[in-house]
Amino acid sequence: MAQAQDTPEQAEFRHYCRDWIEQNRPGPPPSRLPELPIEVSDAAQMDYLRAWQRRCYEAGLVGCDYPREYGGGGHTGFQRVASSELSRANVPYLINVIGLGMAAPSILIHGNEEQKKRFLPPLLAADEIWCQGFSEPNAGSDLASVQTRAERKGDGWRLNGHKVWTSLAHFSAWMIILCRTSSQHRYDGLTFFVAPIADTPGVTVRPLIKMTGESGFNEVIFEDVAIPDELRLDDVGKGWTVAMTTLLHERGAAEGAGGGGGLSIDERIDRLVQLARRTPREGGSAWDDAVLRDRIMQLQIRAEGFRQAMRRSRVEALCDHPMRIPLQGKVLMTELMQDIAAVALEVMGAHASLYTGDENAPDAGMWSHAYLNSFGPTIAAGSSEIQRNILGERILGLAKSK
Amino acid sequence: MASDDFGFGEDARMVRDLARRFLAENLGVDTLHALVAGNATAADAARTPPLAWDRDLWDRIVELGWTGLCIPENAGGVGMGRIALAALVEETGRAALPAPLMATLFATQVLLEAPGEAAHASLEEIARGRTAALAITNSRGSWDPAESDVRGHAAGLGTTLGGTASFVQGARKADFLVVSARTDDGIGLYRVAANAPGVAVHPDHILDLTRDQARVSFDHVEVDAAQCIAAPGDGASVLAHAWPALLTLVAADLCGAAEWQLQTTAEYARVRTQFERPIGFFQAVKHPIVNMMIEVDRARSLVYAAAEAIDSKSDDALRLARMAKAAASDAASFCSGRSVQLHGGIGFTWDSPVHIYFKRQKHGQFLFGDGIAQRAALASQMAA
Repeated sequence: MAQAQDTPEQAEFRHYCRDWIEQNRPGPPPSRLPELPIEVSDAAQMDYLRAWQRRCYEAGLVGCDYPREYGGGGHTGFQRVASSELSRANVPYLINVIGLGMAAPSILIHGNEEQKKRFLPPLLAADEIWCQGFSEPNAGSDLASVQTRAERKGDGWRLNGHKVWTSLAHFSAWMIILCRTSSQHRYDGLTFFVAPIADTPGVTVRPLIKMTGESGFNEVIFEDVAIPDELRLDDVGKGWTVAMTTLLHERGAAEGAGGGGGLSIDERIDRLVQLARRTPREGGSAWDDAVLRDRIMQLQIRAEGFRQAMRRSRVEALCDHPMRIPLQGKVLMTELMQDIAAVALEVMGAHASLYTGDENAPDAGMWSHAYLNSFGPTIAAGSSEIQRNILGERILGLAKSK
Repeated sequence: MASDDFGFGEDARMVRDLARRFLAENLGVDTLHALVAGNATAADAARTPPLAWDRDLWDRIVELGWTGLCIPENAGGVGMGRIALAALVEETGRAALPAPLMATLFATQVLLEAPGEAAHASLEEIARGRTAALAITNSRGSWDPAESDVRGHAAGLGTTLGGTASFVQGARKADFLVVSARTDDGIGLYRVAANAPGVAVHPDHILDLTRDQARVSFDHVEVDAAQCIAAPGDGASVLAHAWPALLTLVAADLCGAAEWQLQTTAEYARVRTQFERPIGFFQAVKHPIVNMMIEVDRARSLVYAAAEAIDSKSDDALRLARMAKAAASDAASFCSGRSVQLHGGIGFTWDSPVHIYFKRQKHGQFLFGDGIAQRAALASQMAA
């Protein structure tokens, strides 16, 4: 039952997690959960998921590696175990995904004692939901060009600006926010804050609708929002450094804060093969079409290649550069998901026109929905184009594209 | 059962690292060019393509134990796993080694799967430095042993071979051949000396400057019982057992050469300036090079997984080997095209080493079946 790389303590903890999960599976949600935690838009679903995270936290499956004085379990290497057990158990995801994946590490590393004690325990328990305020209408890939201003006012600050793509803002108590405190210096003029969002004068949260027709993110307007200096994270002018910490953990957040929402790559490809086998085409099935079969096998090879690459990245003797494979992870995973859905549409042919809600849509319209949704991950958290810039520059030493 | 490190131990690492150093010192790109591309017009005009290899280098390679790496110690070899061999072959691919190493290794993989004295004796010969070639393909380029164009007829206790094997790798440098022949009782495998009466090697004029290929015709070639590697009826099974290793080795060679293409092109993009910038600044140059890296890494990971599966006698070895070959063929093809294109005009010239690798990769891409062929085989093997 233990994984090859578990210590005896981790193996015992894995046992414990597995047993606890089995005995404490939640009942069904009030309505069908969206694929990703950041897509939750329904208050009833939010309550259900917060209760689930709280129970996981109280049982010791959340915040395992955070120090006890900040509400954590005080362990080392236990979170990986708990997360993997939650992921494989097909239970609902942990809803405070931005808090867990981005805000908490940033606060732990850059916050002072008061901030750690104030923010981490309710974050881990999902009593307070968090969102991230980085991107702006004019600052996406070029994050350092953010213009949301934080100006000194008495003992505190005044925030003015416009953040965009902020998932979960409508449920959030707090936002980790990157602001400009000086227009003299591009990077040194940035400062990081924690901003109150819920019921805060001057803060307006407006939902943005994705091309799928669902909510999934918001824009947040700040008009003269007053915050005390106690909410500043790290020094004035250290904003870029803190943001880099946050982004380092963002990929981790995207990859797994509990499973239970979406299908794995292997499951998707299996379903795709089944779809091809049962879709009629030219007297046979789509699986009989050599071109479609070849496309599907290419996806299988990419999936297996990804799996083996993750194994290889842990074997120093078989890697040229420690970051060469890890830095490819996002691009490989997100583009593979996109291409799986795209091939499914090719398999479906005319039926690809049918969307969720149509009773004749193959697999309840999941493929078109998945294909549309797949552009979120290829664009967000460092678009595929930016990822390739990073790979070319950091691994191959090519001149920076700026 | 997959281990944490693909079974790539310290010994394997030492062999690989030594190989890399040895090849860097003895077969740098200028040496390679002089050896295989010294004279463009002569190569083109020759009725029989020149055999460009360095026998001293080959003797040293044998001394280093490369040909015997996977041969059991009781046959004079080193007794290491396929993971060690795959890593070694990556290095020889990286150097575009013009020597009968790959050809000899192909024959070795088949011999390793055949029980009996004839196979054992042949392995001993290889461990001592003899070169070999595998003759199993027909004139249509089919790799299916059941379609061999060589027939075998029982003659007393031995067999008489007649017909032609095509696309034989390394035939012109081989001391002996491992030949598959169709008989009335099924496929048999035979060891035939390259200079045996009735054996004629007809060189192909190939694109690849670093290797050789030929048709080999058999005109009443008599082989006695001691030269029967696999009796009629057993040959197909022996070949099938060797197939994962054959695919994995070609894939490893393709990966090593593709890594050279990647690093060389990246280096060029770092130093070549136009419009007052290193050309790697431009994403139209940067992104394809990154895509080369992505493809090479995918193929390499699959090569190691396949080699590990062979070493652990996993049922999954053939599937992983086919995937490795498909990924490596595609990586080689992509890296070849991009390496020429992104070197600009220079990449298009004979004087540059880029075309040497381009041609070697084009050859390897199709050897034992390219990505299309592997994917078709994978799909047909999927459970309903």
